[in-house]
Amino acid sequence: MNVEGLERLRQEAKNQWRELHSKPLLTIGTATCGRGAGALETLETIRRFVADRNIECGVVEVGCIGLCYAEPIMSISLPGMPIVFYGEVTPKRAGEIVEQHLLLGKPVAKYAIGAVGDGEIKGIPNLFETPMMRKQVRLVLSRCGFIEPANLMHYLANGGFDGLQRALNMERMQIIDELRRSGLRGRGGAGFPTWRKWLVCIQTPSEEKFVICNSDEGDPGAFMNRSLIEGDPYSVLEGLLIAGYTIGAAEGFIYCRAEYPLALSRLREAIAELERVGLLGDNILGSDFCFRIRVVEGAGAFVCGEETALIASIEGKRGMPRTRPPFPAVKGLWGKPTVINNVETLAWVSHILRHGAEWFAKHGTEGSKGTKTFSLAGKVKRTGLIEVPLGATLREIVYDIGGGSASGREIKAVQIGGPSGGCIPVDLFDLPVDYESLTSAGAIMGSGGIVVMDEDTCMVDVAHYFLQFTQRESCGKCVPCRLGTKQMLTILEDITHGRGKSEDIQLLEELASAVKVGSLCGLGQTAPNPVLTTVRYFRGEYEAHIKDRRCPAGVCVPLLRFEVDEGKCTKCGRCARVCPVGAIAWERGSFPIIDRSKCIKCRACIIECPEHAIN
Amino acid sequence: MSQMELIEEKMEERVDRILSCFSGRREELIVILQRIQDEFGYLPEFALIRVAKFLGVPEAHVYGVASFYAQFRFKPMGKNVITVCRGTACHVRGSPMVIEEVKNRLGIEEGDTTPDLRWTLETVACIGMCALAPCVIVNGKVHGKVTPRRIAEIIKAVEGVEKK
Repeated sequence: MNVEGLERLRQEAKNQWRELHSKPLLTIGTATCGRGAGALETLETIRRFVADRNIECGVVEVGCIGLCYAEPIMSISLPGMPIVFYGEVTPKRAGEIVEQHLLLGKPVAKYAIGAVGDGEIKGIPNLFETPMMRKQVRLVLSRCGFIEPANLMHYLANGGFDGLQRALNMERMQIIDELRRSGLRGRGGAGFPTWRKWLVCIQTPSEEKFVICNSDEGDPGAFMNRSLIEGDPYSVLEGLLIAGYTIGAAEGFIYCRAEYPLALSRLREAIAELERVGLLGDNILGSDFCFRIRVVEGAGAFVCGEETALIASIEGKRGMPRTRPPFPAVKGLWGKPTVINNVETLAWVSHILRHGAEWFAKHGTEGSKGTKTFSLAGKVKRTGLIEVPLGATLREIVYDIGGGSASGREIKAVQIGGPSGGCIPVDLFDLPVDYESLTSAGAIMGSGGIVVMDEDTCMVDVAHYFLQFTQRESCGKCVPCRLGTKQMLTILEDITHGRGKSEDIQLLEELASAVKVGSLCGLGQTAPNPVLTTVRYFRGEYEAHIKDRRCPAGVCVPLLRFEVDEGKCTKCGRCARVCPVGAIAWERGSFPIIDRSKCIKCRACIIECPEHAIN
Repeated sequence: MSQMELIEEKMEERVDRILSCFSGRREELIVILQRIQDEFGYLPEFALIRVAKFLGVPEAHVYGVASFYAQFRFKPMGKNVITVCRGTACHVRGSPMVIEEVKNRLGIEEGDTTPDLRWTLETVACIGMCALAPCVIVNGKVHGKVTPRRIAEIIKAVEGVEKK
């Protein structure tokens, strides 16, 4: 396809987009979160409803708008009226809303989350002024939830491929300079300046070069990249194309985990579409740039998120990392210079080339420019996919955007950065979220997973959980990681089982520093972080486990006595009702009695008790 | 020829059909294993031997790669598969209790299949549906905000459908 062809297609796309919005339009979010909440059943109901009554209305499946707590999410727009977003749209509710809003033109305020667009609807706030959205700046996520993800026309109608078109008219060094001025740093974890990585690759002479998009989002508790691919796959592919053009590669790879089937299918669909119209292939837009993209499906190994391990995996080998240098930008896939960037980084490249460096750099802090996506999960009221300027505080993220505790129990920490990151306690919540501040607190930015923890979360158990994860995922190549994580895990197991010794904390710290210093790759070098941060900020909990043989949060089963604290108990009887084996006897007005011989230690009563009266 | 041998021969044909789509380059190994597992639900031993021959590499190499990745299984799956997510968000919101419930109900450990080949219990590091934690996938369908009681109902519902 040449430039004129693209212009024609873009014009057609804009016409189609206008046409689509000149009629009643109904969208429903069917990304993975939506589906988990039953969006496909709702969609089915809506389709039948619209067909049965012969309603003239477009029904479009869109990606995730980020309000995951309220899935399934549906929007309705009537010409001349703002788009109204509805939450928790069960099939039953869908019928009611469609009937009222679509047929009678009366938006249903009680189910609405917010409205987008010109004009006001009584009782429905502007979506971007609602608490969850107000502090967000949605740039890289701007299309997610508004366009049909794999529909190229929707992408083109909303600025798609402007960036590539501009890039193809620039000298490579001008592109590097644009990225340098933007201050874009890698969004996958380490935060290395993107332009520098690319420059090294350009400066390394080789006939063949490669670019790889790292979509091996392995951190448990993180789903930003999945949502971005599911909601706006072309932005990632466009970034990959620009990277390929800049460094002089003719082939790009997307390494995506098999656990993301929907993201994989969206990518494949989008790539096929680009091949069909000629935006992938030979002489793209009439230039001498030829490029192809291959999707590689990961096979379930966390360590493959590490770039040298990822390369080994694409080469069909065990995904084991190797020593760096040489860095992949010098010697990567099949020994050729290779640029590896994270999903979000590449999506940013397409946006930055479209809008310019200044547009990006006006957000964020001095050292951490731009906005960043985070997945907000755990014990917070409004879970979801968010985007905030770097430098926003954890307090803003957890309380303003997330709405604070879901259960009413006090929030005590967030875990940020996955198994490589750390736990940051609530008294440090005024910490700005930027690369340097998080590192100084013992955590890392990581790819952006934030898991909120409340009083009912045991921090020793969390440390044990992460270490069990890294220990399982350790590839076994280097000794400090293979044996060090195992020893640390054994000690944590002792502590959570009531066999802890007073010298264990110091031993953990010593082992942790050895594993950090001695490990070959990022997995081992960062594996001790969850342990070190919990020891640093929650030492009291470790000591309670070791000295008093007590788990203050009531999580570590071997330490639980299942006794009713009659000083706290209000005799409400909820524990007896929730017990699955009938081990709790209770009569109105008296304290419950727990029969230990029947008790299976499932903790249902502890979780149910509103007074924390069972320990 | 016994019935068992007949079945095995049929299976070999199926493996060969998969291999015929590939050119025999070593880098294709993981993709080949993924296709074979798609076909059989696991990696049968004879298939690994055939793959080694096809790529011209030692059998140990094929097994080494296959055993490295969590995705690959060497035993057949049950008819119904429960996959419990053990991601961070799921962990703090109670997935260990869900796993416990499934174990008690089906009498199997993580990664095992019931002797009657009806159920397999797996865990997965994270499926990225953290906002609806804890999540469980039952026969490909994702369920969010699952409690021990809810998973018990789901299992019963599947068994109820099978009895009919």
